[in-house]
Amino acid sequence: MNLWNKLMCYSRRHSPWLFHMNGGSCNGCDIELIASLTPRYDAEQLGVRLEGSPRHADILCITGPVTHNAVNAIKTVYDQVCGPKAVVAIGSCPATTNVFIDSRTLDGPLNRHVPVDVFVPGCPPRPDAIIQGVAKAAEILAERASKKLPIAPVVMPLVGPGCNGACSCAAITETKNEEVQA
Amino acid sequence: MNLFLELQTALARLLIFPGLLFAVPAAWFFLWVERKAVARMQGRIGPPFMQPFFDFIKLLGKSTPPRIGIAGLLMRAWPLIAVSAAAGAVGLLPVLPASGGFQGDLILLLALLELPSMCIIAAGFSSGSIFGEIGSAREAVLSVSYNIVFLLAILSIAASQHTFSLQALAQLPSSPLRWLGIVAILVCLPAKLHLNPFSLPNAEQEIYSGPMTEYAGPELAMWELSHGLEWVAATGLVATLIAPAFTLWWVAALVFVALSFGLVLLLSVVAAATARLQIDTTVRFYWQCTLIFAVLAVASALFMRFRA
Ligand code: SF4
Repeated sequence: MNLWNKLMCYSRRHSPWLFHMNGGSCNGCDIELIASLTPRYDAEQLGVRLEGSPRHADILCITGPVTHNAVNAIKTVYDQVCGPKAVVAIGSCPATTNVFIDSRTLDGPLNRHVPVDVFVPGCPPRPDAIIQGVAKAAEILAERASKKLPIAPVVMPLVGPGCNGACSCAAITETKNEEVQA
Repeated sequence: MNLFLELQTALARLLIFPGLLFAVPAAWFFLWVERKAVARMQGRIGPPFMQPFFDFIKLLGKSTPPRIGIAGLLMRAWPLIAVSAAAGAVGLLPVLPASGGFQGDLILLLALLELPSMCIIAAGFSSGSIFGEIGSAREAVLSVSYNIVFLLAILSIAASQHTFSLQALAQLPSSPLRWLGIVAILVCLPAKLHLNPFSLPNAEQEIYSGPMTEYAGPELAMWELSHGLEWVAATGLVATLIAPAFTLWWVAALVFVALSFGLVLLLSVVAAATARLQIDTTVRFYWQCTLIFAVLAVASALFMRFRA
């Protein structure tokens, strides 16, 4: 690998720009994604920037269980992100449809529609878990650009309690994530 | 022989100092200072030192959507024009003593400083995106309102001394009129650089990224670079007006860099401490409040001319 490629890989790893998209989420994950940019977690230390336009982004962060209405929007926005790109599914919803499982308004999970690179489980996941997932996605991005190999999706470990215990989502999350991993 | 020497100094100014070789790293550095200052003001740690450089390299390696027809060609051209205009503006700054220059280079500098914002307006309209068009319209309105004050402030300094040469202006002794002009220019700089109280054209969370919405990859990298170069040129212009004349070239260069850095810090802190104003508030602000500056400056400039 020559010097330019090395520099490019390094830059890709250190400058992940995000585009945040809501695929019908309950807003819990969206709040946590924004929290990861606030002073307490400060994702900008890793070069993370939340961009206004999908054209500027490297990493597409999708939350929510993918409702029928969201499917076309997700596909359009995925195509609008310029390559090389990666997709991070934030929360248990895009991975498994979570507590909304078997709802007739859903067309999830997310990887039926776009290839997902990193799953960040949790309902909602903690901001540190989201930052970890984004960092992993940036690594995948750099690898993908250099090797051009298909890279298997990664499921991040659960950080913290993962669930506030108000519903049965934790049980579903665990079983479904194992399925995704397998 | 003389012509050859002049050509040589002009090229050196354009390519080495304060031109490209100095201005591009300085642009990245100022972009970093801007982000870091905002982060520190918000109690965060902020991006690492090399961040704007990494962003630039990464953007160079990204693909762009296909651009078809004349509009596509224009969309590719605008960022390049903006970068070269901003770089040319930096190259014209009379930083070093006896660095040459010509009668009338002030007007060329003003034109070059204005070109990037013209390019932004054109870029938004040629991208065909609705958010781009809104952003461009805002940029146009903003540019009409702050430019009157900006141009009158600079012209009043120039008119009072009866010269349009930057070199001569930079070496003048400071006078109350000059400070009035500098304050008026400083009030305009946040609008010129799209900083926070007047960050209307690229209002993120509001109209996506304004005129830049459709841009991606290397083109976006050029826009980032031109924004950085605009920082260098605009703060550099004020720095050359503030700095007293030095005979030693390295003292002049050092003072120039230190003053520009101070100005970047000041503007970033103001940006972090304020929230975005509405478009009509902004326009009213520039037309009402700062027109007073300009009228004062022009009046005293005329007064000084007739007294002299
Ligand atoms: S994972 Fe939980 S918090 Fe996130 S969108 Fe789904 S239900 Fe809401």
